[in-house]
Amino acid sequence: MFQIHCPHCGATREEEEFSYAGEAYIARPANPEEASDAEWGDYLFMRKNTRGWFWEQWQHTAGCRKVIAVKRHTGSYEIAGSWTLAEGKEHYLKESEA
Amino acid sequence: MSGYRVHRNSQRINAQAPCQFRFDGKQLKGFAGDTLASALIANGTRLIGRSFKYGRPRGIVGHGSEEPNALIQLETGGYTVPDLKATQVELYDGLNATTTTGFPSLHFDLKGLAGTFSRFMPPGFYYKTFMGPIKAWPLYEKIIRKAAGYGRAPVDPDPEFYDHLHHHVDVLVVGGGACGLWAATLAGRAGLKTLLVDEQNEAGGWMLSDTSAQIDGKPALKWVSERLAELNSLSNVTVLTRTTAFAHHEQNLVQALELVQDHLPLAARDSHTPRERLHKIRAHHVVLASGSIERPLVYGNNDRPGVMTAAAAQTYLNRYGVAVGRKVLLMTHNDAAYDAARDLAQAGSRVTLIDTRLRGAADWRQHEAKSAGVALMLGYGIAEVHGKTSVSGARLVQLDPFTNTVRARGPRLSADSVLSSGGLTSTVHLFCHNNGRPYWNENSQSFVVPDEGRQGISCAGSITGRWELSAALAQTHAAVSAMLLGFGRSTNGECPVSDERELAPTRRLFRVPDGLPEGHGAKAFVDYQNDVAAADIHLAVRENYRSIEHVKRYTALGFGTDQGKLSNVNGFAIAAEALGKPIAEVGTTTYRPAYTPVTFGALAGSHVGDTFDPRRYTAMQSAHVKRGALFETVGQWMRPWYFPKGKETMHQAVDRECLATRNSVGVMDASTLGKIDVKGPDAREFLNRIYSNAWSKLDPGKCRYGLMLDENGMVMDDGVTACLADDHFHMTTTTGGAARVLNWLERWHQTEWPELKVRFTSTTDHWSTTAVVGPKSRAVLQKLCSDIDLSADAFKFMDWREGTVAGVPAKVFRISFSGELAYEINVDACYGHYIWEQVMQAGEEFGITPYGTETMHVLRAEKGFIIVGQDTDGSMTPIDLAMGWAVGMKKPFSFLGKRSLSRSDTVRKDRKQLVGLYTEDPKVVLAEGAQILSTSDDAPPANMQGHVTSSYHSAFLGRSIAMAVLKGGSQREGDTVYVWAHGKKYPAKVVSSVFVDQEGVRQHA
Amino acid sequence: MANRYSFWSLFKHGLKHHESWQPAWRSPQPRSRYDVIIIGGGGHGLATAYYLAKNHGVKNVAVLEKGYLGGGNTARNTTIVRSNYLWDESAHLYEHALKLWEGLSQDLNFNVMFSQRGVMNLGHTLQDMRDIERRVNANVLNGIDGVILSPKEIQDIVPLMDISNSTRYPVMGASYQPRGGVARHDAVAWGFARGASEQGVDLIEQCEVTGMIIENGRIKGVHTTQGDIFADRVGCVAAGSTSTLAKMAGVRLPLESHPLQAFVSESMKPCLDTVVMSNAVHGYVSQSDKGELVIGAGIDSYLGYGQRGSPHVIEHTAAAIIELFPSFSRVRLNRQWGGIVDVAPDACPIIGKSPIKGLYFNCGWGTGGFKATPGSGHVFAHTIANDAPHPLNAAFALDRFNTGHLIDEHGAAGVAH
Repeated sequence: MFQIHCPHCGATREEEEFSYAGEAYIARPANPEEASDAEWGDYLFMRKNTRGWFWEQWQHTAGCRKVIAVKRHTGSYEIAGSWTLAEGKEHYLKESEA
Repeated sequence: MSGYRVHRNSQRINAQAPCQFRFDGKQLKGFAGDTLASALIANGTRLIGRSFKYGRPRGIVGHGSEEPNALIQLETGGYTVPDLKATQVELYDGLNATTTTGFPSLHFDLKGLAGTFSRFMPPGFYYKTFMGPIKAWPLYEKIIRKAAGYGRAPVDPDPEFYDHLHHHVDVLVVGGGACGLWAATLAGRAGLKTLLVDEQNEAGGWMLSDTSAQIDGKPALKWVSERLAELNSLSNVTVLTRTTAFAHHEQNLVQALELVQDHLPLAARDSHTPRERLHKIRAHHVVLASGSIERPLVYGNNDRPGVMTAAAAQTYLNRYGVAVGRKVLLMTHNDAAYDAARDLAQAGSRVTLIDTRLRGAADWRQHEAKSAGVALMLGYGIAEVHGKTSVSGARLVQLDPFTNTVRARGPRLSADSVLSSGGLTSTVHLFCHNNGRPYWNENSQSFVVPDEGRQGISCAGSITGRWELSAALAQTHAAVSAMLLGFGRSTNGECPVSDERELAPTRRLFRVPDGLPEGHGAKAFVDYQNDVAAADIHLAVRENYRSIEHVKRYTALGFGTDQGKLSNVNGFAIAAEALGKPIAEVGTTTYRPAYTPVTFGALAGSHVGDTFDPRRYTAMQSAHVKRGALFETVGQWMRPWYFPKGKETMHQAVDRECLATRNSVGVMDASTLGKIDVKGPDAREFLNRIYSNAWSKLDPGKCRYGLMLDENGMVMDDGVTACLADDHFHMTTTTGGAARVLNWLERWHQTEWPELKVRFTSTTDHWSTTAVVGPKSRAVLQKLCSDIDLSADAFKFMDWREGTVAGVPAKVFRISFSGELAYEINVDACYGHYIWEQVMQAGEEFGITPYGTETMHVLRAEKGFIIVGQDTDGSMTPIDLAMGWAVGMKKPFSFLGKRSLSRSDTVRKDRKQLVGLYTEDPKVVLAEGAQILSTSDDAPPANMQGHVTSSYHSAFLGRSIAMAVLKGGSQREGDTVYVWAHGKKYPAKVVSSVFVDQEGVRQHA
Repeated sequence: MANRYSFWSLFKHGLKHHESWQPAWRSPQPRSRYDVIIIGGGGHGLATAYYLAKNHGVKNVAVLEKGYLGGGNTARNTTIVRSNYLWDESAHLYEHALKLWEGLSQDLNFNVMFSQRGVMNLGHTLQDMRDIERRVNANVLNGIDGVILSPKEIQDIVPLMDISNSTRYPVMGASYQPRGGVARHDAVAWGFARGASEQGVDLIEQCEVTGMIIENGRIKGVHTTQGDIFADRVGCVAAGSTSTLAKMAGVRLPLESHPLQAFVSESMKPCLDTVVMSNAVHGYVSQSDKGELVIGAGIDSYLGYGQRGSPHVIEHTAAAIIELFPSFSRVRLNRQWGGIVDVAPDACPIIGKSPIKGLYFNCGWGTGGFKATPGSGHVFAHTIANDAPHPLNAAFALDRFNTGHLIDEHGAAGVAH
């Protein structure tokens, strides 16, 4: 059972306060009508499912209800940190470029 | 009969406090401080069980959680517990235990006879036989099942209860032996919030068994009591005994089970105190001082009752004042076991120490043993134990000093007990539950953990393979000092010292050779509980089960309730030999929780019975109970189902409720519907995106039905949303969907559209909703409400108004889930019950009738209104539901799910679509879940066309109605289909799913 | 069969101190080229190899396993076998598997201890009962055995269950599939391994695939920790590693891997003769031939390859079991473990071709993989041998996630209103 830091509450709390909300930063196509069935299917269903360091979302459902970004290792379950979605995105993009 | 009481100065039993107990019906005597095992041994009880596979007689082997054989059934009735280890059951007055194996009796066991054929029952023999004839397998299996298993499952409910307690500490010390105590002392002195847990009834660990140990120049037990006194004096330190840390999880979460009352006589247990308590401990740092367990050597017939580990015999003697035998053989490959021999001899047993090493132990130890009267035989091993239900002696062999082979035959010695010491095995489990791996240390002949521990974990004492007290304490001191540095604290205290004395090297030996090829001689057991012998491991390897996991799984090594605490290392070593690989390369199997078994009830804690899951009630609950409602479970909510009068059946009650509502007025508690307050300048835009229909033109004072799709285009929720102000909406959801929808809104807002200024507040519990339904509802409301113009023109269908009802501020929605004129009165939940009763009173003259979910379902089905989750199943689009009118395809923003509606599968014409059904026989009410066939041919695999989703008798129509989903249903009105359930077929006609008032006149009245 | 298992062979070998048993399977060095490579030596992969050799005559096959045979989910499940699925596509697939199970011990000459002790799915709400009614009717019309039991009938089969109205979620009824049951999980892998090996399939343990050799959109072979191995057809059947393999081939899959936890009690005398499952209270339980209660929990919510999950999931499951069986409160958990389940969005597997020619995937079984083992191997072998799906797995192709033709088995559970 993880302890997750909520950047909005400024508190570290048990996993049971949070709900898992899947892979982070999946962008919804700006113009869905222009997406092909394959592109739309990719957005809807295809997932990185990374074994290793992984950017994911957790929602502090029993707290502030905010969705946060968490970088966690899916093998060792180590948590590198958690950020607001906006802050996390900067880190995420930097890593994606690297 | 061989064990007996002796007096030892070190003993921890209270000779002044005798306890009477029953074992297999026999009345026996022990003392406070005994375990059931020590008391049984003192009473001369030897045979305590029969083995799993061969039915071989077995006795007590260990003295703690490592015990594989002595599985007993404790107590009877509600208090019974199966499979407890007698070595871990504290004796109390009146204790009642029985053995768990042996058929028809422990002393005459049929399986024991079958054991004669054990040579034809190698590991995996099940896999190789019982295959024919194919029909006979259930019979074989029945016999196999009957022969398996130890205790009996309890049948009665548990009369005791359990709870959970959370801790947040700086340091958790696991193990209260000398090293654990010293670690806790240093952490405590440094001012850290410290918790120490120990599985035994008192701290001290091996010091309770080894009476000769000295620390800082005084008897170790004295040092232990000083440490405990100091720890008790520190307010930042807590010591929990009878508490086993059984699992280690992420971020140093340790679960520990405390046996709070198990040691008390049943009559003395406090009914307000839990039986056991699950501690959930979050520690910044964990110190594992979990020690080590002595493993036996592997030799022929080493499972005969009267065979034991040397450590167990030493413990029974010094701690419990019980000598295990009068004539004892003790085989060892190390120095430490000399202590047991010495102590037993001092207590009066005739001890022969058989040291497998030609030179034996260090001189001082040999001298000490001899002085106590121990006979020493150097360079020998036990090839085979004699005796069947009790040890009668053993045959020795002379060992080659260099290779583990037999050099010559040895003497036969008579004895009543045979002990062995195969060295220590570190208790590394907790270190490994969460990713840690132990490594093989050739020097200490054990899988051990690294001195430096790992992040967040320090390891202290013999878990690191330091068997000598002095070295263990020194390592502990260093490891804990390093940990304190990490906390920015200093170490306050000198490292405790114990005599460092010379040691002779251990002989590297696991399986004692008997001079015969493996498998030819007497069975030499590795895992007692699963009847795994050394030859079985060789066979597994021969059959190419070469991975250690394969060896384990093929032979069942270590799968028992002792989790292989005695057997695993011996098994790995024998497998390594068979494989011709070093042990380090063979490795260990995976260590998984629980370290020792954990009661289900303790895991569940208070989440049982009424508190398994909370029940949610509306503010009107007592009003419903008063009127005789029966309840339906909807999510966590308890909703009135129907309100039977007198001896009415459900059918009769629902008919009455329906007719009363359609003809006059009914009233329903709609408070459980989810309610979400949506507010902000962009609230309207947000609704446009989240709902399939359009919200741009909904004025304040108006309500609209909304349909919510998931991004896959499937209907996920629905409800009416009212526009309170241009930037403010009151959304309702399904009862079960409330929490999910709120999360859904939050996630889309925060992840995709954070630029929209809108926020959401759950108001489900804030509003109570009384739905007044039926042609007379206006008349009822008029009696209670004077500040809202209720006339049909002023307050139209799908309007809402603010005002007071019975003097209470209220929002009144003119919406309808029944097709009738209806008003939903929303008031602050505090007034919910009051308003309900006011409505009941006002409606009395009209025969106002409360109704529940069943009547609600009938009324809405008569109108063809869907219930999400009943008429939909996550695979229905709005088009499938003939609700294209609720899809705003022209909205500028591509609302959730829109794009999915244009994929090839979602535009198919032959999708399952919502229809109505009229059975040919109007009296037949179809089963909800009945399948639909196009023809009357139902031979499997039949061509199923859809199924019935909702089906009722409509009292208003005087016939049955049904809603269904049907392939291509929108084009099949007028067709005859066959509705099939449990072999019965009913012809039915496809009709519109709106059965009553297709024009909607009634709701607009 | 040189090494045939029987009562007689046990007797014969017993007289010879069991020294003459042959290896259950060969462990050869990998050759550089095969007709077909199967990645993943679990039950599904071994079954695929077995049926490739037996039914399609494709014997030049290697099974590459990064650990030991049967060491993945085959070794970490709750061994339940049933075929009472809702939708036609899945019902036919699982029923195909169940029929193979019914003759598997004899076919493999390896007793997989398939025990048809019945599987019961409990209903606790009116909607549960509607779903049960729908599913059982669909099952029977699909030729699958199934009945609906009243609480009283449930009690006759499972006397220890609390069917009173005083529980938090009273039991209202159940669907019951008598032909369902449990099997000895390890034996399934070993039996298929032995059968495949006997027909010439090379089983290569400790051989991890580290890359795919793809030329012009065609698979040519794989890089492994034991060198490059070539084949024109490669089947991936590696639950828990599917996404990693797909990434090597540049294929995106709709999978998420989650921990699925389970635990066993200490061994007790027979007290539960059937498999009991409850979605509503989240727990399922059976009793093994060894006497342990085998209990499955729900999947952990997060992605995880750690073969372990969070303790609160286990705590909740223990509570669920006590809700159903109050007297089990004093029974003790002996050992817990976790598997890695690859979950597809519609809770149904993906079996078929991939965008890379000659590369096939069999994945996404979620929590339902064990029960499908022989059927999965059977249809996947057909797919690889013919480069075209078997009729039973045609609907389970990857393109359903573009067309929207999902086979949503969650749907059967519905949502509460």
